[in-house]
Amino acid sequence: MRWYWIDRFVEFVRSRRCVAVKNVTLAEEHLHAHFPGHPLMPNTLVIEGVAQAGGLLVADHRQYQGNMILAKVPKAVFYFDPRPGDTLYYECRLESIRGEGAVVEATVRCGERVQGEVDIFFADAAHGPRARALFTDLDLVTMMHYLGAYEVGEDADGSPLRPPQHLQDRLSTLWLGGPGSE
Amino acid sequence: MPDKQEIFEKVQEILCEALSVDEEEVTPEARLTADLGAESIDFLDIVFRLEKAFDIKIPRGELFPDTLLQDERYVKDGKITPEGMEELRKRMPFADLSPLEENPDVKSLQDVFTVEMICRFIEQKVAVEN
Repeated sequence: MRWYWIDRFVEFVRSRRCVAVKNVTLAEEHLHAHFPGHPLMPNTLVIEGVAQAGGLLVADHRQYQGNMILAKVPKAVFYFDPRPGDTLYYECRLESIRGEGAVVEATVRCGERVQGEVDIFFADAAHGPRARALFTDLDLVTMMHYLGAYEVGEDADGSPLRPPQHLQDRLSTLWLGGPGSE
Repeated sequence: MPDKQEIFEKVQEILCEALSVDEEEVTPEARLTADLGAESIDFLDIVFRLEKAFDIKIPRGELFPDTLLQDERYVKDGKITPEGMEELRKRMPFADLSPLEENPDVKSLQDVFTVEMICRFIEQKVAVEN
């Protein structure tokens, strides 16, 4: 199993917002333990999915420089538990961003219903004396590709979303291999 | 321009949300770390929320001068040097530095960060920007 808690982007507007889809399926191992005979997706994994979608929105805005990581969840409110067969839409808005951190606010929808509201605070782990690289720009751009961000995404001016120029050549040789294949 | 009471009420609301504390706990003299349980990441969260609520820009280090502590002219052997105190007075005219004057231990700086300090900072900031 891989640590992907979103399946695809259906919208991605650089520096503003994105919408990611998560399909909940009984094929996911953890649902058989949570709970036996009564499978429910843990809302902690909804938070993780929002952090992945919102984190890529933040990383794309910063041209994949630095290491923005989930630092704090100031708000997480859920109205019901997702079940196998549900399709969740994580609508993320980039509310604030600066060198040291960023705030993403998200509404989670399941059909017509709001399933939850999550705010995520990201901080740049590359700041400070103990800074170290956690993931490369290529890892993140490859993930964007996997999730279809470059198929549906647009730049702030409405033109198609593209990876940063300096990564495009390296990516074209990797896309068949997927993340981590370098 | 918001008056003192409006500023206090907004700051109170922000701290309740950022630190998950009750309104009654957020008194003017409450210290962010010792009394309200703020951790390092919360300081940046608070700065973001203040910027949004008051429509102002707060450059890094202006409200909470964290970078100053990494400068060896200003901190030696875990204590703030006289130059450091001078620099703090210059950079933080909105703060009551008496806890540090009594005990220059760098940890005492946390006791300077009170709710009232944030309110005074905002009062000065909005006065300049208007």
